[in-house]
Amino acid sequence: MTLEMSTREAYGHVLVELGKETENIVVLDADLARSTMTRLFADEFPQRFFDCGIAEQNMIGIAAGLAASGKTVFASTFAVFAAARCYDQVRMSIAQPRQNVKIVASHGGVTVGEDGFSHHSIEDLALFCSFPNFTVIVPADAVETTQAVRVAANTHGPFYIRLGRPKTTIIYPENYRFVLGKAVKMRGGQDATVIACGLMVAKALQAADNLARQGIECRVINMPTLKPLDAEAIVEAAKETDAILTVEEHLQHGGLGSRVAQVVAKRHPVPMSFLAIKDFYSSSGKPEQLLEVHGLTVEGIEREVRALISRKNQALT
Amino acid sequence: MPSGKRRVNKANPLASAPKVSAEATSSKRVALAKPLSMEEMKQMAKKLRRHIITMTAKASSGHPGGSLSSVEIVTALFFNLLRHDPKNPRWPDRDRFVLSKGHAAPLLYSALAETGYFPLEELLTLRQLDSRMQGHTDMATTPGVEMSSGALGQGLSFSIGIALAARLDRRDYRVYVLLGDGECDEGQVWEAAMAAAHYKMDNLVAIVDRNRQQIDGWTYEVMDTEPMAEKWRSFGWHVIEVDGHDLAQILAAFDETKRIKGKPKAIIARTTKGKGVSFMENNLDFHGKAPTPEEAEQALKELE
Repeated sequence: MTLEMSTREAYGHVLVELGKETENIVVLDADLARSTMTRLFADEFPQRFFDCGIAEQNMIGIAAGLAASGKTVFASTFAVFAAARCYDQVRMSIAQPRQNVKIVASHGGVTVGEDGFSHHSIEDLALFCSFPNFTVIVPADAVETTQAVRVAANTHGPFYIRLGRPKTTIIYPENYRFVLGKAVKMRGGQDATVIACGLMVAKALQAADNLARQGIECRVINMPTLKPLDAEAIVEAAKETDAILTVEEHLQHGGLGSRVAQVVAKRHPVPMSFLAIKDFYSSSGKPEQLLEVHGLTVEGIEREVRALISRKNQALT
Repeated sequence: MPSGKRRVNKANPLASAPKVSAEATSSKRVALAKPLSMEEMKQMAKKLRRHIITMTAKASSGHPGGSLSSVEIVTALFFNLLRHDPKNPRWPDRDRFVLSKGHAAPLLYSALAETGYFPLEELLTLRQLDSRMQGHTDMATTPGVEMSSGALGQGLSFSIGIALAARLDRRDYRVYVLLGDGECDEGQVWEAAMAAAHYKMDNLVAIVDRNRQQIDGWTYEVMDTEPMAEKWRSFGWHVIEVDGHDLAQILAAFDETKRIKGKPKAIIARTTKGKGVSFMENNLDFHGKAPTPEEAEQALKELE
């Protein structure tokens, strides 16, 4: 049986655990506590929860002031508002002074679905990765989310953690341990490597299974930490498989693909391909329909891997 | 995990900030430095003005106008009112002074140097490469600077965070935040004004330097913020209006803020941009332009 849970739901639960373990955690939200799941913490610890209303920029400033006074602060809203609306506030109040604020945003990517482009967060990873001093994480499932949020709580400094809206396949066992800045080799293979993050990891694994049945052995790497990036895992994959495909629910510039390409270009150039949100704003629709539009499907990944392997073979001959 | 280090930086002062425990009890409100008398404060105000002129002239850049207009407000705070310890800038029980109008950095640095946070000579390194006297305030670099500013409209939000932390930790420090009146064009100021009243932050005092000028002209021409006092009142604040260059009025207003419970307090300080130097007063040129050596000489003569 496939277990499913949304990453935002996992966040809500781990926040409550953290709240029980330490008095020092304060949680903020901007009128979306029921959606980001910070409501669970608010119900348990009303004194340490502040709803800032529909005023995200003010929320970021309040978070910074609390952190400057010694608090570990979690601030949540939708990814699109955290990144685009608060860019300068995050830059001034959190990134530059290295404040102990964890921005954990739900509703990343286009799997928000029917709400339409205003709610599709397709630029957030580029924006948060652009800040010096920031750590950026995109957990692949509920188990990894729980782990990553715990690591963020216990590591001083600014974090951005991007979560998703839909229920997501759980790919990790309960005893999985997330290590900050480390990639996870999910599956071995020598013909090509797929590096994915977030909800795309489960799809990459399925695609690799299908490809294996066709005789193609595809390595799958989960890259939960986008910044700092695990360059060694990328270089190893480039050397051992000679072809890399990145898959992400984000624009193809500034996110996982761009960051991996920088490492590959500098350290060990090999043919690469990029599956990502195409360079336009999407329509409303069901999450799976929207992923289909951008080729972010199991079949899409298989197609890209096969095309990449022919490019690699041409390059080698 | 921060990836990449700031070029110059020394240890991050925040990383070593004392851990604040929820069990902390209220401290006694003891003043560490002897408050200056009215006459001494007047002399100090003049001294701060001289520093502002000297620093910006030496740097050939900076913002003298808005620094000069806030001199009496900052003098009253640093030399009479604030409970702070220059030898221990991160003392958890200190009163906070947050400079939201970060371009008045030369004024804040002058007050910090005069109270002993760093040597006076350092003021002359304003705006130089790797100096602790950054062009706009930088909390990660300069002892005594509570917030990085320079992008306007953000200090009040930040101050609410500090004030909420005091409440959570049962500490009795107060938070004073200085805003420019032009800065009040920013929508975030009013998001924060609403939130401070909602949270009933009576340990928070906002001072608005009402010098009525912003870069592109008079505030009533560029973006009219009147009626300023009415705006704050309608947001749920206790408002006091003063002559922002009259130390007695300023101190009386601060005194009043201590007596008012259950709501945040705003002091609207009517001031003159460039105050104290005849040719800088109400002269927009000196918002963001330093005096030439000749102008500085004349200004210092006027401030003797």
